[in-house]
Amino acid sequence: MVEKTPALDLFTYVALIAGIAVVGFPIFYAIIAATLPLEEVSRVPMPLIPGDQLFANLATAWNRGDLGTQLLNSFIMAGGITFGKIVVSLFGAFSIVYFDYRLRAVAFATVFCTLMLPVEVRILPTYEMAANLFGPLQPLWDALGLNGLVSWFAGHDISVKLEFSLLDSYAGLILPLTASATCTFLFRQFFLTIPEELCEAAKMDGASPMTFFWKILVPLSKTNIAALVVIEFVYGWNQYLWPLLITTDPKMTTAVIGLKHLLPSPEDPPDWHIAMAGALIVVLPPVLVVLVMQRWFVKGLVEREK
Amino acid sequence: MKKRSYFKTRSLPYLLILPQILITVTFFYWPALQGLVASFQLSDPFGLRTRFVWFDNYVALFTDPLYLKSIMTTLLFSGSVALVSICVGLFLATMANRALRLTAVTRTLLIWPYAIAPAISGILWLFLLHPSYGVIAIFLEKWFGLAWNPLLEGSHAMLMIVLASSWKNISYNFVFFLAGLQAVPHSLIEAAAMDGAGPFRRFWTITFPLLSPTMFFVTVMTIIFSFFESFGIIHTVTQGGPGGATNILVYKVYQDGFVGLNLGSSSAQSIVLMALIILITVLQFKYVERKVQYTG
Repeated sequence: MVEKTPALDLFTYVALIAGIAVVGFPIFYAIIAATLPLEEVSRVPMPLIPGDQLFANLATAWNRGDLGTQLLNSFIMAGGITFGKIVVSLFGAFSIVYFDYRLRAVAFATVFCTLMLPVEVRILPTYEMAANLFGPLQPLWDALGLNGLVSWFAGHDISVKLEFSLLDSYAGLILPLTASATCTFLFRQFFLTIPEELCEAAKMDGASPMTFFWKILVPLSKTNIAALVVIEFVYGWNQYLWPLLITTDPKMTTAVIGLKHLLPSPEDPPDWHIAMAGALIVVLPPVLVVLVMQRWFVKGLVEREK
Repeated sequence: MKKRSYFKTRSLPYLLILPQILITVTFFYWPALQGLVASFQLSDPFGLRTRFVWFDNYVALFTDPLYLKSIMTTLLFSGSVALVSICVGLFLATMANRALRLTAVTRTLLIWPYAIAPAISGILWLFLLHPSYGVIAIFLEKWFGLAWNPLLEGSHAMLMIVLASSWKNISYNFVFFLAGLQAVPHSLIEAAAMDGAGPFRRFWTITFPLLSPTMFFVTVMTIIFSFFESFGIIHTVTQGGPGGATNILVYKVYQDGFVGLNLGSSSAQSIVLMALIILITVLQFKYVERKVQYTG
């Protein structure tokens, strides 16, 4: 601070404390609610002193919402998206930055046109695609007259329908959400800041491209990878629309979606303590990841902008 | 792009980019193309017959009062979310930046809502604002005699989703503003202070203009967030109601496409949304280019 302004300093601290209190209030209130029995939570207004029912409520939420299965699904989905996006993007950015080939500009444009466009803008056709991954190949199959070939081979008329569904599968939850260029963009930006001499030296030492990639590029990208792990994990964990569409089997759904079933409807008893206990369980993994990896997370977020 | 010392391998670069291209074409370009085609078609709900109808779906869309209302709802919603979360985020970041010794602590205390799914943010705020159990609803009734009911009253429902959405966004905006503030050269502030500019004047004449690229970026991201990711909030909390008061564009695409099975209209809506986002992105890139120039 440049000059001494005690009044402004005081205001600063008061404002910060008030801000933190307001931002923290919903979660504080949820924690209190999760510790209370039903009679207390439905008392008007709800007491602000924690009760002793936390573990009972957590257990009820866990069993009623089948959270064990759903959390596992969330972990697989978030982990898969994180891993898939980062690996695919590392290869992609390496190809775009370190090789000179004829279709490089085309590849670059193809990938980067998808920047910023979320899956939400094309849900219907993406859903159709996932429902039958081979659908687009059917016209080709028909056009080539392959049905006739198969019929001739089998000795009677057969019409082949190509079908391969990703509905209610982990691949269906993960793959469509990895089709985004944000990570590739970040790695490309980072690779462009790495001095060329490094690559020259590696080449002079007789390193193959893949040796250069694994021994030099990937270790140098460690902090970027760490940052993206946090961002993509949170992104994957918190997905809503896509898992809602692609899963119909309750055993395949994710925890964020499943939580809706713990919400009391007007006919039910007002089990808000159970809903809040469930919410606490589901927000815990991503919140922990963000708090523990804060440094990388902030770095990754802010670098994304550049 | 800078000159690189390229590897001369012929097929390897294609192999490396192949997974990315495959995924992008399968789950981005092909569906986008299908959506574009479907937006020019009219089909019965079972998808048995389709007819090419040129721009009929779009014409129907822009003459449909429900769609026009949904556009207005989306604008009101996004605008409010952007206004609230940007003002609060910037204010808290400025305060955290002033309280130098506590910057790291405040960041830790303010950053975590980012990690909470929009859907869960919706559930938390529904609990706070629920007409019969919510603590805020009860005090509104007790102190102001306000019959607060977001489940029946459209404007109350809108306020509820704006709060839930802004709350989640404050931490994201806070992180960017704090980073932006910390990048403002201290020498500039000191020079201005020596010339007799007070803290408020320094903020408006030096810090705020230097922050404008961050401001622009944060605004774009908040609007895109409120366009798409708030789907989770709407779906868990209001389902577009009451009476369509919170039926924002992305929720309407889902409603018309998956619930109402009106494929042509839903596709046309998707295309309109996509065009909107492309427009915003292009604007942003143009602006980012300019920003690169003046920060060197």
